[in-house]
Amino acid sequence: MTEHRSASRGESSLLRRSRWRSGDAAFQVGVSAVGWLIIAILVGTAVFLIGESWSSLRHFGPLSFLTSTRWAPSEATSTQTDPNPYGIAQFVYGSLLTSMIAMLIAVPVSVMVALYITDMAPMWLRRPLSYLVDLLAAIPSVVYGFWGIFALIPAIRPVGQFLADTLGTAPVIGPLFAGPFFGVSYFTAGVILAIMVLPIITAICREVFAVAPIQEKEAAFALGATRWEMLRMAVLPRSRAGIIGASLLGLGRAIGETIAVTMVIGNNVLAISKSILGQGATMPSVIANEFTEANQPFHLQSLFVVALWLLILALIVNTVGKVVVRRVGKDIA
Amino acid sequence: MTTDTLTPAPAPEVSAPVRHLQRRKGTNLAMTIVLSLAAALTVGVLLWVLGYVAAEGLKYLGPEFLTNTPPGNPADLGGGFLNGIIGSLEVVGIATALSVPPGIAAAVFIVEYGGRIASTVSFLTDVLVGLPTIVTGAFVYAVWVIRFGFSGIAGAIALALVMLPLVIRAAAEMLRLVPHELREASLALGVTRARTIVSVVLPTARSGIITGVMLAVARAMGETAPLLLTALGNDLFIEADPTHRMSTLSLQIFGNAITGFKAAQARAWAGALTLIAIVLLFTIAARLIGRTSRVGGR
Amino acid sequence: MPTPTEPGTSRPRAMASLPAMRQPAHRPAPAATVNAGGARLDIANLSAYYGARKAVQDVNLVVEPKQVTAMIGPSGCGKSTVLRCVNGMHQTIPGARAEGAIDLDGVNVLSDQVDPVRLRRRIGMVFQRPNPFPTMSIYDNVAAGLRLGHRGRRTPDLDAIVERALRQANLWHEVRDRLKAPGAGLSGGQQQRLCIARALAVQPEVLLMDEPCSALDPISTLAIEDLIFTLREQYTIVIVTHNMQQAARVSDVTAFLTVPAVGEPGRLVEVGPTSRLFSSPTQKATEDYITGKVG
Repeated sequence: MTEHRSASRGESSLLRRSRWRSGDAAFQVGVSAVGWLIIAILVGTAVFLIGESWSSLRHFGPLSFLTSTRWAPSEATSTQTDPNPYGIAQFVYGSLLTSMIAMLIAVPVSVMVALYITDMAPMWLRRPLSYLVDLLAAIPSVVYGFWGIFALIPAIRPVGQFLADTLGTAPVIGPLFAGPFFGVSYFTAGVILAIMVLPIITAICREVFAVAPIQEKEAAFALGATRWEMLRMAVLPRSRAGIIGASLLGLGRAIGETIAVTMVIGNNVLAISKSILGQGATMPSVIANEFTEANQPFHLQSLFVVALWLLILALIVNTVGKVVVRRVGKDIA
Repeated sequence: MTTDTLTPAPAPEVSAPVRHLQRRKGTNLAMTIVLSLAAALTVGVLLWVLGYVAAEGLKYLGPEFLTNTPPGNPADLGGGFLNGIIGSLEVVGIATALSVPPGIAAAVFIVEYGGRIASTVSFLTDVLVGLPTIVTGAFVYAVWVIRFGFSGIAGAIALALVMLPLVIRAAAEMLRLVPHELREASLALGVTRARTIVSVVLPTARSGIITGVMLAVARAMGETAPLLLTALGNDLFIEADPTHRMSTLSLQIFGNAITGFKAAQARAWAGALTLIAIVLLFTIAARLIGRTSRVGGR
Repeated sequence: MPTPTEPGTSRPRAMASLPAMRQPAHRPAPAATVNAGGARLDIANLSAYYGARKAVQDVNLVVEPKQVTAMIGPSGCGKSTVLRCVNGMHQTIPGARAEGAIDLDGVNVLSDQVDPVRLRRRIGMVFQRPNPFPTMSIYDNVAAGLRLGHRGRRTPDLDAIVERALRQANLWHEVRDRLKAPGAGLSGGQQQRLCIARALAVQPEVLLMDEPCSALDPISTLAIEDLIFTLREQYTIVIVTHNMQQAARVSDVTAFLTVPAVGEPGRLVEVGPTSRLFSSPTQKATEDYITGKVG
C-alpha cells in the first residue's frame, strides 16, 4: 500500500517534463543564438564588404588594384578599365611601413617597461605604474592625432631633419630616409602608432613575465645572479613566444588605426613616396578621408576594395597573434 | 723569470673574479637604469599628452563651450560642442544598450555551456577585438546606411559592434572566476541551470562585468573612424533624434582640428580636454568598481 | 569508552582507534514510522565513468530511511562519485556517466527519463567546503532553493520555512537578529550549517553530505555531528567521510570502499552496521584500513 503510493508519487514527481516548460532549454537556445550572432558578424562583415566592392572588382579585375600605386578618382570613367585608376599598393606600403616603424619603437620599449614593472620597480611603484601605462590606451585616437599635429611634429622635426641629413645621403638605404622633412609623414604616423600600441604590448608582456615560475627566479638568485642576470636566465627565454604574440596583436592594432594616422600622414594618394620622411596614406586613412565624398565612378566601390584588403590583412595578423598568445597561455597552464 | 711566475700569482686570481663581479654589477646597474628610463619615458609621454591637452583645452573650456553649439562660420570665435556632447552621450548610450545584453549572453554561452562552437565563438571574439573599427564602420554603412541613411542609430550600431567583443571578453573572464562550488550548490538545490546562471552566477560576477562594460563605454566614447561612415556629424544644431545624422564629441574634435582656423582649433582643444575627462572618469570609476569585485579578490 | 553492541568483539585494536565513539542510545526501529521524511535508496550494480576512466565498479548498497549511512575509504576510492550519482550531480561534470540502477520509490534515478532538477529537490546535498551564495543574505540563502525553484512563484509562509530550516540546522539562535546580513560573513562552521539549512528548506527526503566537516575546526565539526544526529529522525542521510572516528560517531550503517590496486576503479568491499563493521570486519581490506595499516 505504502509502497504503491510512494511509487506513484515518485514517478509523477521525478520524471522529466518537457524541458521547454522549465525555461532551461529556451535559455540555452537563446544564448547559443547569440553565440552564432558573433560568427554571423564576422562572416557578415566579409560578405558585405565583398558585396559592395564586387562591381569594382569585376570592372577592373581583382589583382589590378594591387599592381598599381596611383589612386586618382578624378581620372576614373564608367567605361575605361585599364589602367586601373584605383591602385592601392601605396596604401598597403603605407600601412606596413608605419606599422613597422611603430613596432621598431614600441616592442623594445614595451618589453623594457613590462620587465621594469613586473620585476624591477620598487613594490610600491608597480601598481601605480601599470595603471599609468594603461591610461595611455584610454586616450582617444582623435586626441593623439590632434596632439601629434601641434606637439609631436615640432618636437621630432630635428630628428627627421637629422635622419634626412645623415642616412638620407647614404648609398643603399638613402632613398628610405631622403628629405625634405615637412613634419607630416610616415615617420610621424609611426611614432604616434608606437605610443598607441605601447600599452597594449606592455599589458600582454606583463602577463607573460608575471607567470615565470618563482622557483626558477629564486634558483637564479641562489646561484648568485644579479637581478638583470635573473631576468635573462629565468624570465626572458621562456617569454619569447609571448612577446612575439603580443607584438603581433599590437601590429594588428597599428594596421587598423585610422584617425590619428589620417591627421599626421599627409594623405598623398597619388604615388608611393618611399622615404619614411615623405607623405603618404594608409588603407584606413584613405577610407576615412574619401568615404563620404566619394562621387566618381567606382570610387566608393573601390574604397570597399581597400576595406576588404584591410580586413584580410588584419584578420591574418590578429589570428596568428592570438594563436601564438593562446599557445603560450596553454603552455603556462 | 721565476719571480715573475711565482710572486704575482695570487693577485690576479683574487682580482679577476672581483673584476668580473664588478663588471656584472655594472651591467646590472646599467640595465636597471635603462629599464627605469624606458618606464620614465612612457610615463613622460603620458604626462606630455595629458598636460598639453589640458593646457590648450583650459584656454577655452568653460560654461560657454559647454552650453553652446558651434558658430555658423567655423572661423568665428565662441560657441561650443554642446550638440556633440549630447550626441556622444546618446549614441554611446544606445550602443551600450545594444551591446551589453548580447555581450553577456555570449559570455554565458562561452563559459557556461562550452563545447566546440563555444570555443570557436571565444576565438572569434578575440579576433573581433582586433578588427579595425573603420572596417566595422564600412560594414554598418553597407548593411544599414545604404538603406536608411546616415543617422545616430547607425553610429550606435557601429559602436555597439566595437563594444560587443570587449564586453564578451570581460564578462567571460569574470564568469570563469566564479567558483564552481556555487553552481554546484545551486544545482543541488534543484534549481535549473538557466536559473542558476541568472540568479547565482551573474550576480556574483556583477561588479567585474560592470567594470568591463565601463571600459568598453570609455573606448566607444573616443571612437571617431566608424562614426565618420555612419553618424556623419552635424555641426549646426542640437539633434536629439537618433534617426537623423548626428554629431559626437569625437567627430567635432576631428572636424574642427583639421580646419586651419585658430578659433576652431581652440574649440577642438576644449573638446579634446572634455573628451579625455569623460573617458578618464569612466576608466577610473571602472577600476574603483572592479576593486569591490566578489570574485578574483582571493 | 566505546560500548560494542555486537557480541564477540575480538578486535580491541580496532576499537582502540576509535576514541569517544558515541553510541546512539535510544534509536527508534527503522521500520517503525514511514512518513514523508525519509526515503529508501537501493543502489544496484552502480558503475561510474569519467570519460574513458572507470571510477567506480559494481557498487551494491541499500540505504535505509531515517538512518545515517556512512561511506568511508581512502581518497580516490569513488565514495564521493557514488554520492554524486545519487542525485544526478555527476551530470554536471563533463564526460561523467553512470551505469546500473539507483532505485528511489520504484524509479531508477539514473534513467534518462528522470529530471535531475526534480530529483535534486527530493535529494539534497551538502558539500565539502561551505559554499553560501556570496551575493545573498542569510535569509536569502536559505530561501534560495524555494525562490529559484518555482519560476518566480511566491512561496507562502517563506518566513516560517526559513525559520524552521534554520532551527533544524541549529543556527536560528545565532543568526535570528541578522537575517539580512550576508551569509559569507558567518564563521566556517556557521556557513556549513547555513548550507545545511539551505538544503533542508527545500524539504528533501534524503540528505547527501560530502565530507561536510573536512574544512572545519573540531568544535564546528562537533556541532555538525550533533546536528546529523538529530536530523536522522526525519531524513535519510548519506555521509561521505575520510574520518573513521566521525563515521563511527554519527552513522548507523557504514560502507567501506577501496581501490584494489592503483589505476583500478573503486569497489565496495563491505557494508554493515557501524558498530559491527568497526569491531569485527569480515574483510581483510576493511580491517587493514580501520586499523590504520593502509590509507
